[in-house]
Amino acid sequence: MGEYIVGTVRHTLLEFLHILVGFLPRMLAMLIIIAVGWVIALLLKFVLRRALALVKFNQLFQTTNLSTVLTKASLPPPDELLSRLTFWGIGIAFIFLGATALGVVALQELIAKFFLFLPQFFVGLIVFFLGLVVANFFGRATLLAAVNANHPSPRLLSNIVQFLILIMAVTMALDQMGVGYHVVLIAFSISFGAIMVGLAIAFGLGGREVARRILERRFPEDKKEEEDEISPL
Amino acid sequence: MADENFLSDEFVRQLIAVGEVDIVVGVPTFNNRETIGRVLNALQVGLVKYFPRQRSVLINPDGGSTDGTTEVVKNASIQDFQTLLTSSPLRTMHRISTSYVREQDGKTALRIILAAADLLRAKACALVSPDLESITPEWVEGLVRPVYKEKFDLVTPIYHRHKFDGLLVKNVLSPMICAVYGRNIREPVGAEFGFSGQLACHYVAPGVWPKDFGESSMGLWMTTAAIVGGFRVCQSFLGPRIHVAKSSEDLVQTIQHVVGDLFRCLEAHESFWPAHSDGQPAPVFGFEYSVALEPIRINRQRMLQMFRVGVNELGSILESIVTPATLQQIRSIGQLSDREFRFTDDLWAKTVYEFASSYHRSVINRDHLLQALVPLYRGRIGSFVLENYRADAEQIEKKLEALGAQYQSLKPHLIETWTTKK
Repeated sequence: MGEYIVGTVRHTLLEFLHILVGFLPRMLAMLIIIAVGWVIALLLKFVLRRALALVKFNQLFQTTNLSTVLTKASLPPPDELLSRLTFWGIGIAFIFLGATALGVVALQELIAKFFLFLPQFFVGLIVFFLGLVVANFFGRATLLAAVNANHPSPRLLSNIVQFLILIMAVTMALDQMGVGYHVVLIAFSISFGAIMVGLAIAFGLGGREVARRILERRFPEDKKEEEDEISPL
Repeated sequence: MADENFLSDEFVRQLIAVGEVDIVVGVPTFNNRETIGRVLNALQVGLVKYFPRQRSVLINPDGGSTDGTTEVVKNASIQDFQTLLTSSPLRTMHRISTSYVREQDGKTALRIILAAADLLRAKACALVSPDLESITPEWVEGLVRPVYKEKFDLVTPIYHRHKFDGLLVKNVLSPMICAVYGRNIREPVGAEFGFSGQLACHYVAPGVWPKDFGESSMGLWMTTAAIVGGFRVCQSFLGPRIHVAKSSEDLVQTIQHVVGDLFRCLEAHESFWPAHSDGQPAPVFGFEYSVALEPIRINRQRMLQMFRVGVNELGSILESIVTPATLQQIRSIGQLSDREFRFTDDLWAKTVYEFASSYHRSVINRDHLLQALVPLYRGRIGSFVLENYRADAEQIEKKLEALGAQYQSLKPHLIETWTTKK
């Protein structure tokens, strides 16, 4: 009986040592891969930061207002943001690579799923960025047209246009990423519908007099304000 | 030699049948039934009266009129010159009509006239609008004689205008062309021109004809291309210009098209204008006279109010176009009351120059940039009207000379900002 117990304990310890001996090199490999990846990520971050500064990367985004958006969100400027994203992206990639070296099947499946998700994530980011550019462009176009048409609330109109386009862009980006598809779709439909119904009620019932004045100004019978007769050319 | 591929075979046959001529007068038409008869008669009388011995041809490209304009053109002729002149025509006056597909910008008509003048080896040419009500036979002499007799290459018109008419020309186009191109031209975007056959050939040469200019500013392109090409330019006083007003562009569209084309001219000629500095006056032909003109109604308060709203609401856009110092000055004048409001000459010239440089560097979408200029232009016009409400023609002339001097003195600022990246 005693020998059986000792034999079992010895066998278990030997098994454990055997697993440990097999696991330690993989652990070491993982750590080495992560360390190398960290160094590469640091180097790339440094090089990318210098290269973006040389080509004046931030100035490319001046027309899109991205720098202002990032500053308001307490985020670093575009070149620094891209450098940091690159650093973390490469770092995380090497961590996952190191994790596959451990040989844990469940972990490997999770990592594979994550890498399958990455392309959709980047496409979603591109969709969001494009939406930001489009929102900024049309917001500015609306502002200029409203100011030159002597509209009473040009800034409000411009902000509404920008907001609506941004909402659409965020929804499309999340849809592309496949994040909470049904929740996003339902939330967007409800919000958009509510905004439109609210505007219709506010304008049609609550703003009847304003609506009448706007229409009278747009389609006047008797002009109250005299236009200029001077011809620029 | 011009590229003739866009001329129809029938038109070319008619040109060949006419042969070489001394004078070509071009009148493009599109639904001008009301006025074209009178215009053609005035041109015929002018040619007979002032150029009786010269071979001349009237060329009429029509853009597909549907109101009977082509019939009026066909039938317009003077049966009895003796009721109008003491002499009769010595030569046959030819008339050639052709039709073309009217593009959105209508430049094809001008190109047809230029190509025809080149093919006919005309010595002198004139371009006349079909919607004029104030044209007289003397306009033919005014446009053609400086070319035919005095050997100038381009004749730009001078019209007698109300002092507050054509303020975009007086405050932006004319002083900027004087300072930048070195020629003092009062009406660089006139609708009537005289030009030599040599210049016509130059205009339609491959690589010269512009692809992206609007119809309303082809005069601007013709003027600047002639200056840059080293051709002799002069001006001719024609009198008041009264025409049938069609549905025209509003101020925003006018500034987008005309000022945009001016800035495009600067880009196209940027190897020329930095080196040319002296504003030489272009000689003026014709006897200047004035007549009473209909008063113009101006809503100055509305202009200044739109200026203030524009400066307040478009601040973030203006920040990317003009320098901080200029923007600060613009904002400070926005605080002034209507009575004290002054958009000074130097501030206006600097603003226009900085807009031109920013347009060149495409700091924002170019259409948006030009739209952002509109409220500032309104402020400038409001100030101009306020300062010159009681001024007579001579005083206004002095004010415009002072404005031109500001544009001239600030040209180094334009050159500096043109090449500086923000």
